[in-house]
Amino acid sequence: MTTVGVVMFPGTNCEQDVAWAVKVLGGEPEMLWHADRSVGTADAVVIAGGFAHGDYLRTGAIARFSPVMDAVAEFARAGGPVVGICNGFQILCEAGLLAGALQKNAGLKFRCETVDLRVETTSTALTRKAERGQILRIPINHFEGNFVCDDGTLKGLQENDQIVLRYVDNPNGSLDDIAGICNEGRNVVGLMPHPERASEAILGSTDGAVLLRSLL
Amino acid sequence: MTTYEARIEVGHRPGILDPQGGVIERALPALGWANVSQVRVGKSIRLAVDAPDEDSARVQVEEMCRRLLANPVIEDFTVEIL
Repeated sequence: MTTVGVVMFPGTNCEQDVAWAVKVLGGEPEMLWHADRSVGTADAVVIAGGFAHGDYLRTGAIARFSPVMDAVAEFARAGGPVVGICNGFQILCEAGLLAGALQKNAGLKFRCETVDLRVETTSTALTRKAERGQILRIPINHFEGNFVCDDGTLKGLQENDQIVLRYVDNPNGSLDDIAGICNEGRNVVGLMPHPERASEAILGSTDGAVLLRSLL
Repeated sequence: MTTYEARIEVGHRPGILDPQGGVIERALPALGWANVSQVRVGKSIRLAVDAPDEDSARVQVEEMCRRLLANPVIEDFTVEIL
C-alpha cells in the first residue's frame, strides 16, 4: 500500500481532508508535522492547503524555513512525488521547488467555487492516470491563486510541457490560465484547486480522485 | 558596532498586477480626487541592524530583502538607512 505523507504546518487546515481522501482511495496517509526532519516512510508527499505560519509576510514565505521542508526538498531531488495543493503550491514556489509565484487574484476577489480544469499533460506524478484534454470539475478556494512568472520562465513552462492544468474559464487572472504546473523532473506538482474536495460522490464531484489516485 | 535603523519598502515589480492599487485608484475619484493616477500599494518594514558601518548595514539589509523580505519574482524593494 502506498504511504502518502501529508505535511501540516501551524495554520494548515486541509490535512484531514487530504488524509481522508487518500484513505478512501486506497492509500495510507501519514501525517508529517512541520518540525519533523524526515518524511518518514512516505512514498509520496502532499503539502496540504491552509495558511501555513499565518501566511505572514507572504503566502508560503515562512513555511520554507520549517525543518520538514529540507526533508521534502531532498525527497523531491531524489525523484519522490511531491504535490502542493493551494497553500502547498504557494509554499513550493517560495521554497524554489517550483517556478513563479502566486499573487492576489485579479479583481481582489476571494474565489470559492467549483471550476472546470483541463488536463494538459499526463506525464506528471499527479496526472499520470488522467487523460490529456480531460475536463475535471474541482473546487477552488483562494485569494492568492493568480500565477505569475517572467516571460522566459513562462516560455520554458510551455515548451517543456510543464503546465499541468489550465482553467477553462480563468477565475483569478492567472497567467496563461495556469491552475497547476510541475518542475522539470515532473515529480513536483503544484495546483491551486483542491482535488481532495472532489474525491467522493457525497462531495458533489469525484473528478479529483483521478489526480490523487495517480500518487498511489 | 553601531545600530542602524533601516526602512525597507517592498512594492510590486513593474508589470505585476497591483489589484489593491487599482481599487484605491478607482475609489479616490468618488471623494473628488479625479486627478490621481499610478497608485501602488506595498509594504513598509522597519528594523535595526548592528553593523560596523552604514555600507555594511545596507549590504546586509539588501541581502535580507533578496532572500526573505521580498519575492524577486513579483516584488522589488528599496532600502533606506536612517
